[in-house]
Amino acid sequence: MHIHRYEKIWLTFGISALVLFLIVLGFTAFAQGHTPAGGLQTIDPKLVDQTPPFDNPGVKKVDENRYEVNLVAQVFSFKPNKVQVPVGKEIVFNVTTKDVVHSFTIVGTNVNMMLIPGYINTAKYTFDKPGKYLVLCNEYCGAGHQLMQMEIEVIEG
Amino acid sequence: MKAERISSRDIPISLSHIYIGFTAVFLGAIFGILQGLVRGGIITLPSWISYYEILTAHGVLLALVFTTYFIFGYFYAGNSRTMGPMTPSERKIGWVGFWTMTLGTAMAAAMILTGQASVLYTFYLPLKASPIFYIGLALFVVGSWIEGAAMFMQYFRWRKEHPGEKTPLFGFMVTATNILWIIATIGVAITVLFQMIPLSLGWIQTVNVELSRTFFWYFGHPLVYFWLLPAYMIWYVNVPKLIGGKIFSDSLARLAFLLFIVFSMPVGFHHQLTEPGVQEGWKFLQVILTFMVVIPSLMTAFALFATFEQAGQAKGAKGIFGWVKVLPWGDVRFLAAFLAMLFFIPGGIGGLINASYQLDSMVHNTLWVVGHFHITVGTPVGMTFFAATYWLLPYLTGRKLTPFMNRMGILQTIFWSVGMLIMSIAMHTLGLEGAPRRTAFTTYNNNPVAQQWFEGFFGNYATLAVGGTILFIGAMLMIYNVIHLSFFAPKSEEEEFPLGEENEEAMVTPRFLENWKLWITVSVVLILVAYTIPVVDLIVNSAPESIGYKTW
Ligand SMILES: [Cu+2]
Repeated sequence: MHIHRYEKIWLTFGISALVLFLIVLGFTAFAQGHTPAGGLQTIDPKLVDQTPPFDNPGVKKVDENRYEVNLVAQVFSFKPNKVQVPVGKEIVFNVTTKDVVHSFTIVGTNVNMMLIPGYINTAKYTFDKPGKYLVLCNEYCGAGHQLMQMEIEVIEG
Repeated sequence: MKAERISSRDIPISLSHIYIGFTAVFLGAIFGILQGLVRGGIITLPSWISYYEILTAHGVLLALVFTTYFIFGYFYAGNSRTMGPMTPSERKIGWVGFWTMTLGTAMAAAMILTGQASVLYTFYLPLKASPIFYIGLALFVVGSWIEGAAMFMQYFRWRKEHPGEKTPLFGFMVTATNILWIIATIGVAITVLFQMIPLSLGWIQTVNVELSRTFFWYFGHPLVYFWLLPAYMIWYVNVPKLIGGKIFSDSLARLAFLLFIVFSMPVGFHHQLTEPGVQEGWKFLQVILTFMVVIPSLMTAFALFATFEQAGQAKGAKGIFGWVKVLPWGDVRFLAAFLAMLFFIPGGIGGLINASYQLDSMVHNTLWVVGHFHITVGTPVGMTFFAATYWLLPYLTGRKLTPFMNRMGILQTIFWSVGMLIMSIAMHTLGLEGAPRRTAFTTYNNNPVAQQWFEGFFGNYATLAVGGTILFIGAMLMIYNVIHLSFFAPKSEEEEFPLGEENEEAMVTPRFLENWKLWITVSVVLILVAYTIPVVDLIVNSAPESIGYKTW
């Protein structure tokens, strides 16, 4: 098929830029570990309150440099609705939902994950500034969706 | 000069679609402005109607009803113009599809407006709406397949009756778009028929939510291309004639459409990047496939601007940008389509950001996405359809686009563009600041971060409402123009259905481009590669299922 010379140049430039862009995406994802939230661990949504660690949600110190925060979402709140974590440590958020789809979104960070009934979703984050962070649900979950929020207080370790 | 008319028997089916489409615009715009004003804290809704009810209605009416009906109305008119009248049986099948779709629309709309289906236009499980809502959706989809069948029959009959001739570009593009629509809707049909209807009727007690979302998004992304391809048709086929130019290359236009079919389907996981249940590798593969649509998009951009430049040079324009001056800026049919294209440049870039593996976490489900939606579907698609309405309606009703109506059209285009610009800038900015989408008025208990969203200039809910109000005026002007062009403009048979001719220097169209079996096979193979293993995994290693909820 005959293609105009300028169009060939345009497409070559475009496709090369695309390839370069995908290489950058792949490199940061798989060599540097910048992957979006996710996970394959399942949980029975009916039994969330009886299943560890969600039978006792909250902050757990794993070791000197790592903390785990286990949270439950339900219409229209998070449990617990306030946690304290130290600054500069790696925080692993494990969140699940007892009913419909919600989200766990820490405003001002790239922690933004969908909570799908039947699954535990996981994201890691290290806060570099102390302060109060707003967490909200950004997936419509019903009449009180706009009320669904919690707070993370980041304190000097 | 008398324009070439289409069979008078093909006019009613086309017009019926267009009128339902604009009824949806009228109602959808009212719900839209209410939303903007509520969100900005300017008004509060009366207690008998909920924010999420109008949000659902706005999305369904504008994103689904307006688009689908307008597209089919445009297709029938163009097919009849380029391939001749439908046979009585083809026409009858078309009407059966139309009434099936309309019955479905009415059922779904009734449930939304009575608050029995406030599940938004994505209707994610395990939210459980009234069974009538889901049955309505199923009828809508089945009706659209029946209409597609009528158009396929017309196209293949034409090919049989004209052996060895090149098929009309318009008919080719209609066929490509219908094929894309049918392959895509299989996904939503599966979840509606096998999960949502049985759950809402109580035949099953639990559903696999992540599986349903995967089927939904398998459909949800190509849906975007079902809206875009008809807008591209207007740009590729109709606009060149309006500016006195030629179609840059018939065969490259066909190839671009085929590539859109192939690359728009196996990519749904890029909407699910922040979800559990799908392995990283599959998400990444679909991100790569998503970016492949850059290729036909670049081809389209090149072809359109080449057409403009050639048209300008034919009129004697000199220099690199001389052609810009000689284009018919005072003609709403061109102006609106051109501005719509300009909106698609930031729209496309935003799309690349959304689909980027990591960047999505920044913007996922924030108002950014809503802003993106309005400068892709709301403007390049919506405003291009408006641009086409300014010639399509007069053509079908046998009336004239008078200089007065042309000025009204330009005014309407300005309101729509300016409103969209202000509103989408506010939405994109608010999204980057973390404001969520799909949320009623809230300050999150006067949280200081959330209160910032009511301050400042660009990232302010009030700015959003101002843009929304200007946009609403643009929508109402459009309704006025539609009514005028349908019933009050002077009678005339001069208005044409503009059909661009191909550039003489363009190459002969290769036969493999019209080998549908080949392209459908390529598309199916890619879909199987991208989906088989993760879907089987979702079924075999199913997470514990979920019961249905009515939470509104
Ligand atoms: Cu929620």
